[in-house]
Amino acid sequence: MPRPFTPKVITANALLEGDVVYLTTADTWTRQMCQAELIEDEAHAQMRLLDAERQRNQVVGAYLIDVSKGENGPEPTHFREDFRRTGPSNYFHGKQAEVA
Amino acid sequence: MYKYSDFDKKFLAARNAQFRQQVARRIDGSLTEDEFRPLRLMNGLYLQLHAYMLRVAIPYGTLNGAQMRQLAVIADKFDKGYGHFTTRQNIQYNWPKLPDVPDILDALAEVNLHAIQTSGNTIRNVTSDHFAGATAEEVNDPRPLAELIRQWSTDHPEFQFLPRKFKIAITGSAQDRAVTAAHDIGLRLVSRDGVEGVQVIVGGGLGRTPVVGKVIKDFLPKADLLPYLEAVVSVYNLLGRRDNKYKARIKITVNENGLDTYRDLVEARFAELRPLFSGVDQEALAEIEAMFAAPDFADKDTQAFDTAYENDPVFRSWADTNLSAHKAPGYAIVTVSLKAHGQTPGDATSDQMRLLADLAQQYAHDELRISHEQNVILPHVHKSDLPALHAALKSQGLATANIGLISDIIACPGMDYCALATARAIPVAQQIAVRFEELKLEHEVGPLKIKISGCINACGHHHVGHIGILGLDRAGVENYQITLGGDGTQDMVIGERAGPGFAYDEIVDAIERIIRAYLELRETPEETFLEAYRRLGLDPFKAALYPEAARKNAA
Repeated sequence: MPRPFTPKVITANALLEGDVVYLTTADTWTRQMCQAELIEDEAHAQMRLLDAERQRNQVVGAYLIDVSKGENGPEPTHFREDFRRTGPSNYFHGKQAEVA
Repeated sequence: MYKYSDFDKKFLAARNAQFRQQVARRIDGSLTEDEFRPLRLMNGLYLQLHAYMLRVAIPYGTLNGAQMRQLAVIADKFDKGYGHFTTRQNIQYNWPKLPDVPDILDALAEVNLHAIQTSGNTIRNVTSDHFAGATAEEVNDPRPLAELIRQWSTDHPEFQFLPRKFKIAITGSAQDRAVTAAHDIGLRLVSRDGVEGVQVIVGGGLGRTPVVGKVIKDFLPKADLLPYLEAVVSVYNLLGRRDNKYKARIKITVNENGLDTYRDLVEARFAELRPLFSGVDQEALAEIEAMFAAPDFADKDTQAFDTAYENDPVFRSWADTNLSAHKAPGYAIVTVSLKAHGQTPGDATSDQMRLLADLAQQYAHDELRISHEQNVILPHVHKSDLPALHAALKSQGLATANIGLISDIIACPGMDYCALATARAIPVAQQIAVRFEELKLEHEVGPLKIKISGCINACGHHHVGHIGILGLDRAGVENYQITLGGDGTQDMVIGERAGPGFAYDEIVDAIERIIRAYLELRETPEETFLEAYRRLGLDPFKAALYPEAARKNAA
């Protein structure tokens, strides 16, 4: 039996601001992970990563991350991606401050 | 202090103009990220977890008031109102935006600062003793040589694409405050029969393979320094392993080839290079030395200090922990703590920077230093000015009396900022500092260095902490390994790993258990943690760290 595919989201950093962004179904980049495209198929993930890498004048360093399907959209499964979608823990800076 | 010549100014302006064009070409799409990345790194610009990060060099940790004030201006105008001082005496801005970076570099150039070679496989910012030129026990002020090395290494055509980054530290004192033995090259000024020379240490480093540097040349005449350094680096440039990033540092090159072979190759190369140095470097050095002449120290009484010391216990506590002996009578070296309990180690707000700039100009002969331990030093303050200085520091939360104590923690940015990190470091430091402040144990524990790294690269120097903490990712969870007995001074020792790591919510309790064990085990209150550890070894501390394992063994 092949291992079940862990759902994915494509993330990167914005070229100008450097902040964390996620690829949406519309091929645009969102600042919020919950609005990102949830990818549930390996082949589709590779295709979408190529789509993301083509946008090299909008973003830097696109890659796939593991997520789980949450009530309000994709949720990170690893703490590194949880920090990336939130911001640093020593100051109320970054994403957590922008959303508030 | 060194002042830029017209040549320096033109060089920097040209370099900044070049980078401005490179940024513009990246933004308009003519450069890909693969093409741009090495260019931005050469100018100190990283892309981190949440944003870009600009690392600005503070050459050998020395700043004047105007420079510190400009760092504050940049923090306000282009960042979030603060900066982070690092273990390599640099300052990092955590939130710059790419289109602003050329303007930031121009603003830095206005005060003779830059970000050149703060990244990339080049010779990095030369670090030095933060008490240089002020301490009584040094052979000489090492900073003129540090400046000479900065000029030689900046844009050195042979050394822009080394196998890996290359770090040089220099001290003029037998008390090594610059961790010279943990550098690719460590330099120590020494005196032999009244003649000044340099002891050259090579192949030290921390990271995934910690190595104590080895003496490659016991006594090098000062005038031979640049050709000798050039020989050491050029041998490395040829032999260093470009096939494997993890074996590319000079410490591996020296170990794989053997110190004696390495030395022979250096001597052969030195013989070729020495005649090519016509003496221009020595003329430059003489000019630099003149700029580093000691300030005119005042001859005043210290009554204001004596009165405050007798009557104000808060001032006395601060004076006892944060002052060091100065070479001039009536003077003191002031270490300003950037480690207020619960704050981020090494961070300063723009208001704090401005205050420090003002105080340096008013009381400290316009000099500031950044230490590798992430504090700010006012190297030349007359004791009679200390009560006023202390009162001013209090107004900005800068009067914490904890230098050399348990809350004076080195911490790298860790996973709160760094793209390479495997775990957080800053909040661990904050929690340890707060815990021991609440327990009111800090002063009873006495001298203790805790150093925390958020990954194996060891920017937080955990291997040489009396207590070192290394944050790792173990199966998707933050996990912290403890090392004990490390020492970053002249007799450098790599700490021993205590055993299995601890979870994020266990690490502070684990540290407290070590400290409580020490307090019980020490023979006298004067026996420091490191002394007790050296006397007793790892076992009693291990028993305190892992009580269940100890119980099992006893059963």
